[in-house]
Amino acid sequence: MSADVETVAVRERPAPVRAVRDTFALMQRNLIAYRRVPQLLVFSTIQPVIFVVMFRYVFGEAITVPPPFTYVDFLMPGIFVQTVVFGAIATAIGLATDMKSGLMERFQSLPMARSAVLAGRTFADLARNVFVVLLMIAVGYLVGFRIHNGVLGLVAGIVVLLLFGYAMSWIFATVGLAVGDPETAQAAAFPLLAPLVFASSLFVPAEEMVGWLQPWANHQPVSVTAKAVRYFVLGDTDLGHLSDVWESLIWIVAILVVFVPFAVRRYRLAV
Amino acid sequence: MTAAIEVEGLTKRFGELVALDRVDFAVPERSVFGLLGPNGAGKTTAIRILATVLRADEGRASILGRDVSTHPDAVRRVIGLAGQYAAVDANLTGRENLRLIGLLTQMDDAAISPRGSELLSRFDLTDAADRPARTYSGGMRRRLDIAAALMPRPPVLFLDEPTTGLDLQSRGELWGMIRELVADGTTVLLTTQYLEEADRLSDRIAVIDHGQMIVNDSPSALKAQLGSTVAELGFDDEMIAERAREALATRFPELDREATTLRLTTNDGARVLIDVLRTLDASSLAPASLAVHEPSLDDVFLKLTGRHAEPADAEPAAAAAPPPAGGRRRRRGAA
Repeated sequence: MSADVETVAVRERPAPVRAVRDTFALMQRNLIAYRRVPQLLVFSTIQPVIFVVMFRYVFGEAITVPPPFTYVDFLMPGIFVQTVVFGAIATAIGLATDMKSGLMERFQSLPMARSAVLAGRTFADLARNVFVVLLMIAVGYLVGFRIHNGVLGLVAGIVVLLLFGYAMSWIFATVGLAVGDPETAQAAAFPLLAPLVFASSLFVPAEEMVGWLQPWANHQPVSVTAKAVRYFVLGDTDLGHLSDVWESLIWIVAILVVFVPFAVRRYRLAV
Repeated sequence: MTAAIEVEGLTKRFGELVALDRVDFAVPERSVFGLLGPNGAGKTTAIRILATVLRADEGRASILGRDVSTHPDAVRRVIGLAGQYAAVDANLTGRENLRLIGLLTQMDDAAISPRGSELLSRFDLTDAADRPARTYSGGMRRRLDIAAALMPRPPVLFLDEPTTGLDLQSRGELWGMIRELVADGTTVLLTTQYLEEADRLSDRIAVIDHGQMIVNDSPSALKAQLGSTVAELGFDDEMIAERAREALATRFPELDREATTLRLTTNDGARVLIDVLRTLDASSLAPASLAVHEPSLDDVFLKLTGRHAEPADAEPAAAAAPPPAGGRRRRRGAA
């Protein structure tokens, strides 16, 4: 055998080191896409901005919020949650695109950590959420949203938001791997999300809904996360209590416990 | 010589469909093995199993002595895979694509960048190296895909229909690159739908049909069996064609008629044609069309199985591959 083939410049690395390196390499690769195709990011931020303007100025006057708060104080945490929830669709689209393009097949033939494809994808989407949430806070400020509970409260609220967005990413990782096609992934996402996002207390207090809907609207994961964020940024009020934070964390853990194994299983079957 | 790839009794089912049916073969180191067959024959399934992407239901396979089902990670360290569609990230530049694969194949950090530049220049992509791959032409993407497979200098390379969809010039260039790799010591397993490609590149050709290997021989033995030239005479209607067949039958017993076409396989094309046309002329018959070409995959199938090479549904992924164009075969004489 000639020297060319014998000098394989590869290195043995301990499994955890390999997992971290591979995850980071794929996360970086996924984030480059947002830089190269900025419209991915632009369109996913324009939509929540339209929601802000619509709800704030069209419906805002009709919805009463207990003083000293205004409707925009109530609305913005809901918008933040909506933003990370819709953002999770990107996880499905990203993985489905990799399956369709044959990249997933290539990854499965490489001596890389098996966990890195899903970890790299979900962490990249987490990083994108940090950016999008900060942007939406700035948009909120422009339309009158104010922090009532200090910077620490805001930071705690952001942490809950990001954790919830991360959990949602795993639901959509499962969806993306199951459908294997970006257009289908996009189409499958809306019917899954509509009852979560619209039958919720994101934009309107649950008390204003028909009676039978209220238990769902009060306790489903999207609503309790919005209330948890309100608890952190507005303080302990009827718009959000500490119990909502616990409820939200329980949902986050439950989603991860169910969907991480689901997605990993789908990944093994993928290609 | 030791075997780089050994396959025994490999079987894979997708539900009712048997994609691979007890396939055996061995590929010596530093040689090219061509798997030839129509869409859905099981070629891609075989490559996927050897590349540890798919698990076989029965049988065993090993790459350089490493078993694909019990030691997949050890196998992944010695193989390169270039699949049917150029599996590159369209948003990354050529250089970034190679870097990503370098990282994921656990290459030395210091080796990644020089190796990437070397491959970009070898595959004539240096000028486009810092452009996103989505701006590349089909041929450029394919070259980038193969360059990615070569990043860690794998001793065993799998190429799944490497030239499907490429124009003539890119195809010729790719053939040259594959020969260089083998000269450097790489073992190559390639699949193709083109007999010509298998013939030009392979040390051994296996023909696969509905998951079964129907022949495994050297290209020269296969061609001696097939004849080097196929002549096709077309007639205006079946009656005339049948009369022509009868007129020729005593001198050319190997002649076949299918509808209005007579097909003759021979090792002595030009002379036989003169004989055929003289005999026809003597019976006051003249063909409406006349085509001479090298045997195609379809001719191989007609000869070996008595059937046309028909695509099966086993590999939906392969369905996008265009059928071999007639012009390609005829123009080959000038290449």
